[in-house]
Amino acid sequence: MLSRTAAALYWIGRYMERAEFTARLLEATLRLDALSARPAGQGAWESALRVVAADGGFGARAAGPDTVTAYLTLGQDNPNAIRACLHAARSNAKSVRTALTRDAWEAINRAWLALRDLSDTGGYEETLRLTEMIRAEARGFEGALHRMLRNENYAFIGLGAAIERADNTARLIDVKYHILLPEGEPVGGVVDRDQWTTILHTVSAVTAYRWLYQDALKPWLVADMLILRPEMPRSLAGATEEVVGHLGFIGRRLGRQGEADRMARRRQAVLGETGIDQVFKAGLHEYLGAILVENVALDRAIAAQFRFG
Amino acid sequence: MQRMRGRPRYGAMPVHPFDEIWGHEHNRAGRDGLEELARWIADTSTDELHRRQAAAEKAFRQLGITFAVYGQEEAAERIIPFDIVPRIFTHHEWEVLRAGLVQRVEAINAFLADIYGPQHILKDKVVPPELVLGNPQFRGHLHGQTPPHGVFAHICGIDLVRTGPTDFFVLEDNARTPSGVSYMLENREAMLRLCPEIFHRFDVSPVDRYPDQLRDTMRSVAPRGSAAEPVCVVLTPGHFNSAFYEHSFLADSMGVELVEPADLEVDDDVVWMRTVTGRVRVDVIYRRIDDDYIDPLEFRPDSLLGVPGLIAAYRAGNVTLVNAPGTGIADDKAIYSYMPEIVRYYAGGEAKLPNVETYRCREADALRYTLDNLDKLVVKLVDGSGGYGMLVGPTSTSEQIAEFRTALEAEPHRYIAQPTLALSTVPTLTEAGVRPRHVDFRPFVLTGADGTHIVPGGLTRVALREGSLVVNSSQGGGTKDSLILSPPRQTQSQSQGGQSQWQS
Repeated sequence: MLSRTAAALYWIGRYMERAEFTARLLEATLRLDALSARPAGQGAWESALRVVAADGGFGARAAGPDTVTAYLTLGQDNPNAIRACLHAARSNAKSVRTALTRDAWEAINRAWLALRDLSDTGGYEETLRLTEMIRAEARGFEGALHRMLRNENYAFIGLGAAIERADNTARLIDVKYHILLPEGEPVGGVVDRDQWTTILHTVSAVTAYRWLYQDALKPWLVADMLILRPEMPRSLAGATEEVVGHLGFIGRRLGRQGEADRMARRRQAVLGETGIDQVFKAGLHEYLGAILVENVALDRAIAAQFRFG
Repeated sequence: MQRMRGRPRYGAMPVHPFDEIWGHEHNRAGRDGLEELARWIADTSTDELHRRQAAAEKAFRQLGITFAVYGQEEAAERIIPFDIVPRIFTHHEWEVLRAGLVQRVEAINAFLADIYGPQHILKDKVVPPELVLGNPQFRGHLHGQTPPHGVFAHICGIDLVRTGPTDFFVLEDNARTPSGVSYMLENREAMLRLCPEIFHRFDVSPVDRYPDQLRDTMRSVAPRGSAAEPVCVVLTPGHFNSAFYEHSFLADSMGVELVEPADLEVDDDVVWMRTVTGRVRVDVIYRRIDDDYIDPLEFRPDSLLGVPGLIAAYRAGNVTLVNAPGTGIADDKAIYSYMPEIVRYYAGGEAKLPNVETYRCREADALRYTLDNLDKLVVKLVDGSGGYGMLVGPTSTSEQIAEFRTALEAEPHRYIAQPTLALSTVPTLTEAGVRPRHVDFRPFVLTGADGTHIVPGGLTRVALREGSLVVNSSQGGGTKDSLILSPPRQTQSQSQGGQSQWQS
């Protein structure tokens, strides 16, 4: 398998996941903004920018529903805007067209076509319709992946998606970590409850939480679910399990393993032995900061191991 | 389809061009032997034909059989119009063509081996030496270089036109990187799906062996000393290239890697491709990048498409390039007019497929004739393309002719002239029903270590506008399936046992 092909597939996985995550984040932030008794206002939109590390590029503009939505969806100057992600995914897909099934290609192509000529995202309703469409195409893409041959092509796309997912979840929790801290929790505070719900919406885990804990929203339980519960697909533990699985599969096919395998397995083992109390004791922000650094290292190890060059 | 977009072809509209199915437009019963296809055309309603054609084009678009239009946005990916009414060649017609094509391509390879070798043909003054040696398509620095197994032009696309029942002419030889073969294959797939009854009524030779034959051809010319299973790849400039679909299609259907220049590296005159498990040595490269861009160290230093050191690896005999560098001299327009002499020189007999009559204005008699008949002729610059530097006498104003006359008189050696041809037509689906439209034909000829082979088929291009002789896809041209009939069977048992005798 060509290194370029592997790199293109890996990045298709990452960009599609990023596009979907950003769409979910927008949706959840809109909801937060709309539900709050007073508009959550600048704070909610600024934190949305920070979650996708777009606050720097956004600069000194006033963060509000219109500006942030436009920037995260179509922003010409935002390399991680949803449109830019879909364009990058499509461009990669075109160059490795024969490594994808027709369904997988069409899902990417359709999503890109829908955003290609859009000049603005319109108001609340239109934005919600748009994010719903992007999530639907992303689901279509995932569905198409599941019907692909279980070969390296499949594994590299899945690997990219899982790596991206782990990174997004870590940043989501990190940006909102202060409201997850048990100290000084205003019990039953309206704004905070909405904030937690927002987080769960972003990772589509509102009902999953109830099934796992049969309990009202508790900050430490939300953190436990998103970091340590492997049965939760968007948790760090769940994404890590997927990374280990895909790397292991590729390793068996190619007959060799490398640094990326070792790093991923180490993380999986550590997560398995960690309790949420330890995480809070060490400091959630510090813990997630270390995870984000490790994510970068893991991405580099993958690129080096498969000679993405 | 870069090369196919090349040169618009013009000519005066003849009063009654030859129609390949009907003979002429008003005999809808069909020519001898083709009555059945004529009947199919007559019996199938226009609505039904339109429905099937729309289904085919939808399938092409979904598959992504598109070509990019240069200078337009990336989204401007178009499909080449597909015409549902097939063209048909009888087995006998094909056999005549096949013999002529084999002879011509063998001569092209012999010519290339000669001019990059002993240059007998120049010493014997059959072709003027300055025409070859001073030609930018002649890569002088590769003189003395024999490619592995001595084959230069592994893949040739020979453009043919027809003016009567047995009158075929070679319009152009494409010996560099001819494109369009994916249309031959995809058009057939569409026809099998949409018009299965045609294949019940006619015994059509299959074309789907082409990818296998291409792979066999590539394997056969692997450098000596390669592994038992040589590593073959298709080299594309990338997905922004207008013919990218074809590149990926061919790689996919041969089961070989589709590489971009960045996937290759040359180390100590050996070509490697970068894979997830490390470097893999490459033996045979079907390159879809022109000579000028293939190696910035040898040709254009500003080329971003090339693989530095590739030509050095070729010279060291460590890699086979398909086609070999330098084949452009064989399909050059200035050389074209000498092809009958070239074929005679190497084949020892007359060319079975004639050229379009060509007047070389560098010769005094030809120049005089051309100047006297400018209003009837097509005059072309030998080094022009894309319709530039071209006069179409019958459709030009007297001012244009006068202007061209001055240019021609100043530099006659740069021009050739040809009569305007009454190109044949084939019934074609139009808004107004099935009507005759002008066509040309490009079969693909493969040459490996074991000789020259042709899959019975080719690309038929059709000028969709009434009266137009321009078949180029950039100018409203479309494509058709080209059916080659299998030989008539004497008895069932014989045809089964004798298959290998007629498969090319």
